Amino acid sequence: MAKELTKKQIIIVGGGISGLLATIKVCEMGGEVLLFSYCPVKRSHSLCAQGGMNACMDTKGEHDSIYEHFDDTVYGGDFLADQLAVKGMVEAAPKLIKMLDRMGVTFTRTPEGNLDLRNFGGQKNKRTCFSGSTTGQQILYALDEQVRRWEVKGSVKKYEFWEFVKIIKNREGICRGIVAQSMNTMEIKSFRADTVILATGGPGQVFGRCTASTICNGSAVSAVYQQGAEIANPEFIQIHPTAIPGSDKNRLMSEACRGEGGRVWVYKDGKPWYFLEEMYPAYGNLVPRDVASRAIYKVCVHMGLGINGENRVYLDLSHIDGDYLLRKLGGILEMYSEFVGQDPRKVPMEIFPSVHYSMGGIWVDRQHFTNIPGLMASGECDYQYHGANRLGANSLLSAAYSGTVSGPEAMKWARSGKNGSELTDDEMEAARREVQNEYDKILQMNGSENAHKLHHEMGDLMYKYVAIERDNNGLDACLVELKKLLKRWDDIGVTDRGNVANQEAMFVRQLRNMILYAMVITKGARCRDESRGAHAKIVLENGQQKHDKDGELVFMGRDDKNFMFTTIVNYDPKTEDPIVTYREFEHSLIKPRARNYAVAKKE
Amino acid sequence: MAEKVRFVIERQDSPNDKPYTQEFDVEYRPGLNVVASLMEIQKNPVTVDGKKVPPVVWECNCLEKVCGACMMVINGKAQQACCALVDNLKKPIKLQPARTFPVIRDLLIDRTRMFEALKRIQGWVELDGSWENREAPIQNPYTARTAYEISRCMTCGCCLEACPNVGPQSDFIGPAPTVQAYLFNLHPLGKFDKPKRLNVLMEKGGITSCGNSQNCVEVCPKSIKLTTYLAQLNRDVNIQALKNIFDN
Repeated sequence: MAKELTKKQIIIVGGGISGLLATIKVCEMGGEVLLFSYCPVKRSHSLCAQGGMNACMDTKGEHDSIYEHFDDTVYGGDFLADQLAVKGMVEAAPKLIKMLDRMGVTFTRTPEGNLDLRNFGGQKNKRTCFSGSTTGQQILYALDEQVRRWEVKGSVKKYEFWEFVKIIKNREGICRGIVAQSMNTMEIKSFRADTVILATGGPGQVFGRCTASTICNGSAVSAVYQQGAEIANPEFIQIHPTAIPGSDKNRLMSEACRGEGGRVWVYKDGKPWYFLEEMYPAYGNLVPRDVASRAIYKVCVHMGLGINGENRVYLDLSHIDGDYLLRKLGGILEMYSEFVGQDPRKVPMEIFPSVHYSMGGIWVDRQHFTNIPGLMASGECDYQYHGANRLGANSLLSAAYSGTVSGPEAMKWARSGKNGSELTDDEMEAARREVQNEYDKILQMNGSENAHKLHHEMGDLMYKYVAIERDNNGLDACLVELKKLLKRWDDIGVTDRGNVANQEAMFVRQLRNMILYAMVITKGARCRDESRGAHAKIVLENGQQKHDKDGELVFMGRDDKNFMFTTIVNYDPKTEDPIVTYREFEHSLIKPRARNYAVAKKE
Repeated sequence: MAEKVRFVIERQDSPNDKPYTQEFDVEYRPGLNVVASLMEIQKNPVTVDGKKVPPVVWECNCLEKVCGACMMVINGKAQQACCALVDNLKKPIKLQPARTFPVIRDLLIDRTRMFEALKRIQGWVELDGSWENREAPIQNPYTARTAYEISRCMTCGCCLEACPNVGPQSDFIGPAPTVQAYLFNLHPLGKFDKPKRLNVLMEKGGITSCGNSQNCVEVCPKSIKLTTYLAQLNRDVNIQALKNIFDN
């Protein structure tokens, strides 16, 4: 390859697992990276992933196969994932694990020194590599270390405590840079790039209390949506069945608890009722997350069997050997003890489902390009790989894999000569000025609303109407309420007008983006008249929720004829409304079949 | 009327301004922690004197004690604010920034020096590349367990704040980054560069600046046996120093 005169410059926004792996790949190909993050990248939300990362290592004598992993993922995703994309991911998985192992990820080992594997939901074979119960933290740290090495070599320049505000397009409409703001000095600046990758994570904070970090607000995704990027499958929000409910956040209790033998139960007629084992004999406590969440919701909300009448069920590990638990799940058991004050090795934990992960996100092709030339998306902020429901421990895999795709593709694009003209100084300044004006306006807001209170209200709305069970009445009402919230945003009063670390003003800007993204999720859910994966919709009859003769709610079925399509949402700049259309996707490899975890999976 | 919890918060408007304190009341609820309390203050930033003020600035992300962001000094002790339960704290609760680090604003501090120290100790495995080349080496499961213990360090800075040898009087890079050198020396590939890391720790600001006061191990929120590994490193550094003499 001929030596380049100037190094290609790639902007990567977000320093979680996907962003960091993309960074490493770009550096290895001779590019330079400007890496933007809300925080030191070592504190990114990837570190909250607990249970593990799926890869067919087949070291447990179970004859596991890559095909089985492929089929589990497609079936678990209720046949809405692009099958070629999924195939690429599961094939790469074992190689990714070996690479991470060489990098020094402290995977838990067997007595022989091999990587240990554990069970996870929706999979019959042991396929999940793990580091105790803080696997995401350990993978993130190893990648952080490798990126630091590239930083020392001069290939990476970190902009930590900088907030991405928007992309800049050149006169051909190609993304060639971004505007960002320092979260400490409040300086607003434009940056040039050959390619821009967003790896900004999920939108959990749209639901207020969730298992996500406070920085997972979806603001960047919403910003590019408003600049013309298409959003795909936003209605598929994963509700994790086992979280510790809290007023500041719902803390995740890893699926690994169930994988290591944890049982879910409540009292019924004075006796423990292991309802997952009874309802789903084939998979028992290891049913996928959407299935487990709906069952827990039903038992608490519809049957009134929650612990002491509250929305809680038991997650029980107390029958398992204490030392074993400490070794396999130490980190999260310690967390439970710390926040709840009880030892899960002795008494059952009390848990309830919580918003956890977004299967949907920015639409990308298999190379991770969005519909805006020059703009890519990678990691949870894209929609690829999980369809209508994600299997546990496939998120670390998709985060890592997507980074190994988007990084090299970003360099190819940068070298292709297709990315048009570089931004002129005038274009750079115009974009900066626009963001500066918007920010200055926020500083002047002196209405009566408090941004954090509005955020809280939005979370309540989303939980009420767009969570585990949805119906069209509620979704219509939610859209109306969200529009009202958007109006009330104009009446926010800012108390902090300072120019050092003004977190309030930044939050006000993020909040508007979050409300617009909440509308995207809700509209996507409203338009999809079927139940599929995490999206469960109740049938309405004469304007009321329909019940069958046993008094059970009637849900819509899966409708492959009308809805086995990718939801595509575009932003209407005039009305600010989301516009929903549907698109074909690749599903020729595995024929769709009914998803039923009460019986063993048939291929 | 619901029970209130009083917070006395040390504030500072910018890196160069003088600190001052303000008091806030937060409504008590079971399980309330310090970050949740700060979030309540954000929703209604009014002091106990009824004065509307800019909300308190601090750093937090995960609220699960894994990211390390929300470290601050609570009732005189450096710790993570997310898991500091109000029930376990003496009232009024006093919040201060960890002044071992430069203060940006209020409780928000600049911990760049810790990440710079990780560069200095070469805290990584020298990989040929992230592409596939061969199987990763087998690891002794007991060594791997030690590595995991150390690798849970979240660069929060509690140990630097508590260490009497970290500060303007000394170049000591601090317990956390020093012990990270030990982590990479344990890895089957990372140990190839063990001499390099030990030589760095021989320099100014390295292991000789540790005064063995044992404060670090007391405050580590992850219960990492910092002093054990510091002692081990000290031994390794001495052996390396002898090797340096004889190899020359």
